[in-house]
Amino acid sequence: MKSVAKNLTLSRTLLYAVIAIALTALPFVVDATLGRAWVRIIDVALLFVMLALGLNIVVGFAGLLDLGYIAFFAVGAYAYALLASPHFGIHASFLVLLPLGALVAAAFGILLGAPTLRLRGDYLAIVTLGFGEIIRIFLNNLNRPFNITNGPQGITLIDPIQIGGLSLAKTFHVSGLTIAPVHSYYFVFLLCTLGVIFVTHRLENSRIGRAWVAIREDELAASAMGINTRNVKLLAFAMGATFGGISGGLFASFQGFISPESFTLLDSIMVLCMVVLGGMGNVGGVVLGAILLTALPEALRYMGPLQQRWLGQVIIDPSDLRMLMFGLALVLMMLFRPAGLWPSKTRRRELATEKPGD
Amino acid sequence: MDIFLQQIANGLLLGSIYALVALGYTMVYGILGLINFAHGDLVMVGALVALSVVAALGGSVPVAVLLLLATGAAIVVCVALGLLMERAAYRPLRGAPRLAPLITAIGVSILIQYSAALIWGKQYISMPELFKPGKIVFAGVQITTTQAFIFALALAIMAALLWFIKVSRMGRAMRATEQNPDVAGLMGVDTTRVIAFTFALGASIGALAGVMVVLYYGQGHYFMGFMLGLKAFTAAVLGGIGNVAGAMLGGLLLGLIESLGAGYLGDLTGGVFGSNYRDVFAFLVLVLVLTLRPSGLMGVGSGDRA
Repeated sequence: MKSVAKNLTLSRTLLYAVIAIALTALPFVVDATLGRAWVRIIDVALLFVMLALGLNIVVGFAGLLDLGYIAFFAVGAYAYALLASPHFGIHASFLVLLPLGALVAAAFGILLGAPTLRLRGDYLAIVTLGFGEIIRIFLNNLNRPFNITNGPQGITLIDPIQIGGLSLAKTFHVSGLTIAPVHSYYFVFLLCTLGVIFVTHRLENSRIGRAWVAIREDELAASAMGINTRNVKLLAFAMGATFGGISGGLFASFQGFISPESFTLLDSIMVLCMVVLGGMGNVGGVVLGAILLTALPEALRYMGPLQQRWLGQVIIDPSDLRMLMFGLALVLMMLFRPAGLWPSKTRRRELATEKPGD
Repeated sequence: MDIFLQQIANGLLLGSIYALVALGYTMVYGILGLINFAHGDLVMVGALVALSVVAALGGSVPVAVLLLLATGAAIVVCVALGLLMERAAYRPLRGAPRLAPLITAIGVSILIQYSAALIWGKQYISMPELFKPGKIVFAGVQITTTQAFIFALALAIMAALLWFIKVSRMGRAMRATEQNPDVAGLMGVDTTRVIAFTFALGASIGALAGVMVVLYYGQGHYFMGFMLGLKAFTAAVLGGIGNVAGAMLGGLLLGLIESLGAGYLGDLTGGVFGSNYRDVFAFLVLVLVLTLRPSGLMGVGSGDRA
């Protein structure tokens, strides 16, 4: 028996090792085959994986539909950008700013959560949507009378990530391997993503995670079972916002430029699509959804030239096509596969059967 | 003082349009418990169809006929779209958990928006000047005859709707379905038909509102339904969602709040915040109402049922 168990752990270790090697090699392989643009896309995909996992805590675990989630991404991004750019002349360290951004975003999460505690379902959706829009309107207009956010022009020249005198904006050459900034960022993002996945996974089966699911299934019953629904819901908002804030900070440093344009309702809906498409409440499904929906628009970009060749003209703008497909995907998913492509077991059960008395 | 009265007039005018759109939300919510996210986009489609008709026929028929034709076309298209939406996207999900129809509604909204972008393009489409509107000056307040017409028409539609729901057979069926669909079905009400009719009714009022928006602002845009829809929804919540008279009151109130707020915010805050924060008001009202009095001004029962 002991040797079997030993074998199992051994094969498991082997599996992790293979995954680790594959993930390490991935950006270089992609760089060599598909080109550097796709490495960048992978970086962005990782950011969206973090975002989607954050939203998954709120929507997937706790069942609170948040349509303004991108606001936390914006808060994280602006927190980083304001304190690490020539805009205010402050250049704080990345290691300080990332936790700070996460903290500020969490505070906003609680700020949003507190007044909406009594609301459920559709009302909550609309209020969060309004909250997202309010944040964007403020970002757009807070350049007068004091210039805080620089308005629609956004903030430029944001510092790249720098860890102990090592700037990720430089290109390194290590024994014949060229490590461009996109590669270095990939590893930073990968580490953060793995951290987020780890935390989410641990949360899922924890006391708190089970409390979230209980609230999703039946809030009244949950509170009767002794769950402090107020605190647990606030925690869901704060936790989701934290991941959004981290992702936002990374995004700001990666892009070097942010403006309110990047944080519209459509972005919130896109993240929601990732969660819904992948499978609400299931970590693997959400990761899958985020990667699919980041890669899809890039692939659709080829549709422009294809239309040109086949039809003689570009009839549907690829970005519009993307939105059309998002809309269609949301409707079709809800009609035919409401639990997502890769659903969690409980979620599948819940969506398959009608709730009595509702 | 003149400015104050003028702002009130503007607010009431804007509010009457919000109220009409809010009716579509509130009727559907009352019966299905569903926020039809796509209703604002239905209004947009109505507006753009009317603009297209005006652009196609402008000059060849008298102005009154032209406007009637444009409105008629808008109503036909919107009702068809509303029925299609109900049949294809919402009906299969009746009885599903709440999150499902809501996400579907968001999907439908995006679909309509970007289909409209395909058909009409993404630029602003402006209304040609069909006639020179006269001016009405009363107690220092100046409004155009077009605006007076919009306001009067909006009030007339609301009155007609209230009467219809109170008196007609279908109106009674609607009220019965709202109270309890199962029991209404047992009493011989064809609830499926009533729900479809509600969508059609909401869509036709939405189409009229769309035409009014075009007349009021003089232009239309594929994304115009989003903000309008949000504000109308706020109006519906303010008045008590599910309550038809409440939606009307909420619409007028929201118009007033927005107009006065945007007009005086700059003076009150010493120029720190200006009228570019106009859109924030609707959301603030929404959040405040939902936290302090979720059942709205004229609603009954608790907001917890949402």
